[in-house]
Amino acid sequence: MPPPWPLRLVNLGAAFFLIVLLFYFSFHQLNYHWNWASIYEYRAKFVQGWITTILISASSLGLSTGIGLFFALAQRSRWLALRYFSKIYIEIVRGTPLLVQILIFFYVVADAFHVENRYLVGILTLACFSGAYISEIIRAGIESVGKSQLESAKAIGLTRAQTYRFVIFPQALRQTLPPLAGQFVSLIKDSSLLSIISISEFTLNAREVNSSTFSTLESYIPLAIGYLLLTLPISMWTRHLEKRHRFNT
Amino acid sequence: MNLWLDRVTKSFDGQAVLNEVSLRLDQTHTLVLIGPSGGGKTTLLRIIAGLEHPDTGEVVINDEALIFEEESLLKHRRSVGTVFQAFNLFPHLTALQNVTLPLEKVHGYSPTEAGEIARQLLARFRLEGHTSKQPAELSGGQRQRVAIARAVAIKPKLLLFDEPTSALDPEMTAEVLDVIQELRAEGRDLVLVTHEMGFARQAADQIAVLVEGRIVEFGPGAQVLENPQSERCREFLARVLKY
Repeated sequence: MPPPWPLRLVNLGAAFFLIVLLFYFSFHQLNYHWNWASIYEYRAKFVQGWITTILISASSLGLSTGIGLFFALAQRSRWLALRYFSKIYIEIVRGTPLLVQILIFFYVVADAFHVENRYLVGILTLACFSGAYISEIIRAGIESVGKSQLESAKAIGLTRAQTYRFVIFPQALRQTLPPLAGQFVSLIKDSSLLSIISISEFTLNAREVNSSTFSTLESYIPLAIGYLLLTLPISMWTRHLEKRHRFNT
Repeated sequence: MNLWLDRVTKSFDGQAVLNEVSLRLDQTHTLVLIGPSGGGKTTLLRIIAGLEHPDTGEVVINDEALIFEEESLLKHRRSVGTVFQAFNLFPHLTALQNVTLPLEKVHGYSPTEAGEIARQLLARFRLEGHTSKQPAELSGGQRQRVAIARAVAIKPKLLLFDEPTSALDPEMTAEVLDVIQELRAEGRDLVLVTHEMGFARQAADQIAVLVEGRIVEFGPGAQVLENPQSERCREFLARVLKY
């Protein structure tokens, strides 16, 4: 039973107030001279960067889900070589810094394959990076489905593909949603690292504004808010989905 | 049903579970498998269900030999209904959807037809008020009746029960046995693994007693239970009928 809404509202207000107070105090102590006017002139640059970040994140989000799904299934494949390939890919990607991956992808791999578009390289790198994590999340979800369920599916005569479609995926989905949401949120924030190959996304643009105006906080606070505007809805949406896919075991 | 088993052998990790089991049933409706735990009853049932490959031996059901390779086993599994000990319903689906899933996805019924068949069966098993509940909201006995409805819905040539009441309390056991008795009265063909000796006596046309991977006694129900010939079977019955 959730507490009644007035009680929730009051407590939410109190929590929010506490956080605001903390920040207000900190900034107050700093004795900082705000200069929002200079930042306001660059508003178009912020918006453009923010939209680029959305486009890059959304593309790699879709792509990385596909990659994750593929490697999750590949790890359960009958072909040993494919299983090893997925394992190696996942371990390498998860064990090395994204920064290095971006540089190698951009200056070595993309160059070798004559991919000139840096945005495309950025999206692919990010998708490969996030795909490794998503693949592990999906694999854990699939493995959480009990053996007796697979047996039941077999007994009623479902094929392998039907078993995944009607028995495994719907049950794995619920296990998968919370960590998947976390991964999507990380992906959006990680896209800021693409600034090192001069993709003019949100972070790079904010940095450029900072170096033109020398108003550091004024440049970076909108940056934080801009990312929150993207990540909060994802958290809320998955929480909603989790509720919808709830079942008791 | 006609059920012939010819020297069926199965071992797990070098441990023989079934040791040259042979059996011949002609025109029998109900075969009950009894015996001590680990005697091989469940494995034998699973082989008949097409869920397990024997190492050697042959299984012939209604004059058709089972071919133990995936494609024909899939076809075979689609023609029999299996009910497990632990219910094994799908927890993310309602009672009704549990029954309609194989009808729609495996047997090609339209959603309306499948819903109609499922509703009728669930009503027959006294579950009409529970069709839209998920398994977790049902009692053990209700769940097992849904599982039976799922198995019966596809009009199987053979119904297989693997200890369908071992996870239930006596009252729920009675609910489930009532349903099985009803199916028997309809003249359906059943193979049943059970620990309920009283029910075995009532329901079985033929009883096979499996001890250590061999059939030590086989014959009409009353004869096996009241006048067993083998020492092994007498020992087993003495133990289970003691209390």
